Amino acid sequence: MITLQGIGKSFKVARRAAGLRQAAKSLFVREHTVVEALRDITFQVGEGEIVGYIGPNGAGKSTSIKVMSGILVPDAGTCSIMGFTPWKERTAYVRNIGVVFGQRSQLWWDVPVLDSFQLLRDIYKIPAAEYAGQLALLTETLELGSLLQTPVRQLSLGQRMRCEIAASLLHSPRVLFLDEPTIGLDAVSKQAVRQFIRTINREKGVTVILTTHDMSDIEALASRILLIGKGTLLYDGTLSQLRGRFGSHRTVTAHYSENARPPEIPGAQTISWSPERAVFSVDTGQLPIADVLARLSGQVELLDVEIEAKPVEELIIELYKEHRI
Amino acid sequence: MRLYFRYLSILFKSQLQYRTSFWLLTVGQFFVPFSVFAGLYFMFDRFGQLREWSFFETALCYAIIHMAFALSECFVRGFDAFSGLISRGDFDRLLVRPRSTALQVLGSQFEFTRFGRLLQGIVVLAWALYKLPIEWDAAKAATLVLMILGGVLIFAGIYVLFATLCFWTVQGLEIANIFTDGGREMAQYPLNIYQKWVTLFFTFIIPFACVNYLPLLYLLGRADGDPVRYMLQPLAGILFLLPCLLVWRIGVRHYRSTGS
Repeated sequence: MITLQGIGKSFKVARRAAGLRQAAKSLFVREHTVVEALRDITFQVGEGEIVGYIGPNGAGKSTSIKVMSGILVPDAGTCSIMGFTPWKERTAYVRNIGVVFGQRSQLWWDVPVLDSFQLLRDIYKIPAAEYAGQLALLTETLELGSLLQTPVRQLSLGQRMRCEIAASLLHSPRVLFLDEPTIGLDAVSKQAVRQFIRTINREKGVTVILTTHDMSDIEALASRILLIGKGTLLYDGTLSQLRGRFGSHRTVTAHYSENARPPEIPGAQTISWSPERAVFSVDTGQLPIADVLARLSGQVELLDVEIEAKPVEELIIELYKEHRI
Repeated sequence: MRLYFRYLSILFKSQLQYRTSFWLLTVGQFFVPFSVFAGLYFMFDRFGQLREWSFFETALCYAIIHMAFALSECFVRGFDAFSGLISRGDFDRLLVRPRSTALQVLGSQFEFTRFGRLLQGIVVLAWALYKLPIEWDAAKAATLVLMILGGVLIFAGIYVLFATLCFWTVQGLEIANIFTDGGREMAQYPLNIYQKWVTLFFTFIIPFACVNYLPLLYLLGRADGDPVRYMLQPLAGILFLLPCLLVWRIGVRHYRSTGS
């Protein structure tokens, strides 16, 4: 479905030193630094997959999305999506993709949502019957009924995002690029957006590539993660593989009746301690949880124990740390 | 074409959302070029005529170029205001839609308040035509329409050209106004009153003379030689616009390879 092979892209950025003199000088002579935004990016995505594309700010996520959606022409490498080279057959290709930029609207600000949809129908030349069907489906699943007659500027962010997503799906694309679709949304709207992405993926087989900083998006949606940092692809694998890699750690919190001495468990790391409560970090690969519990109950009178796996958020931080990005 | 009208209607609706400001701007646009016209009037009042040109002949010249300018500012506003589209990053959005970028930029903005200015041009045109002893026939009427349309195309070409520069500079260039506003101010007088090089510049580089001065000679019955040659002059507008659109395509290609 999507194949990227050795994609590279660098930008020339004008370098400007501080100070008035330097600013004046830069009017005439510009010094350029070459920034490598993408370096040898290679991956494949199969039909019907949902892939989470993550990485810190400035890692190259947006640049890759721009390359894949045909906006940017890369310096090196090949890219084939549904048999198209995105930047070569732009108009033919973009008919088959939907793109949502979370921070930018594609709707016309001052007119009712439905007017925007009709304009998009003409832009994409969607046949009337197909348009009616798709609109009915989107209206139902995204609960847009009451929003369609409202001018966009009067919508809340969550309502607007639902309309944005609907707008990018009117022409039934086979691939959907979502650039931070849940940014700034409240919990309920996030839930609705995620639910919907799952639905169109399952029922229509739409391939979804999404970038996000919200790890719960990844947890809820993506079975596969691509991690990018400083322009290179650092990790490509499933969420459960990632868990397996860093996830043998558990945080054990023990509550017990007052005890003057901290409980000691060889092999475990004490994170915090008080007379009623102690928190340990345990590598279950080295030290089985059962042993920890046995040691604990030998030393204190246990009242309650919580055992937590690391949240995805922290796994990603580990991953960032490992690659020093 | 259908899409263009779709864009028109949606943006017209948008502008009507702010009714008061819409009417105020429209009325304002009606009066803006008024002082220019008043200047023209008083000058002729004082001096009687300019070279061999009478007041009403010059007024006709004025009306045609101002109508063309008003129409271009209304319908080609997307290119005129293109720097905003670039700096907001909305140009990326146009690139992921399966239509030509030129059409989409054209449809990105219209300025309907320019109808005020257009109306002023029409009033002056009507007055001048009423007073001038022109023997009208179909060919002359067609030439008049062609002159206005050709003018629109030339202004459009200038907008496109300077919109293209935004791909390199991001900020809109005030220098464009030298050619649009400046060209308009120059071309509202018959161009033979100027120095030779000015006339040549506005004939062969930016061909305002072809949509204004030269066919005007024909309308006023001053042309010698084949009238068809004068009638078809306004088509130079197309000749001017086409290379501008070509340059536009180069600009888009540059944008897509640099992303800035």
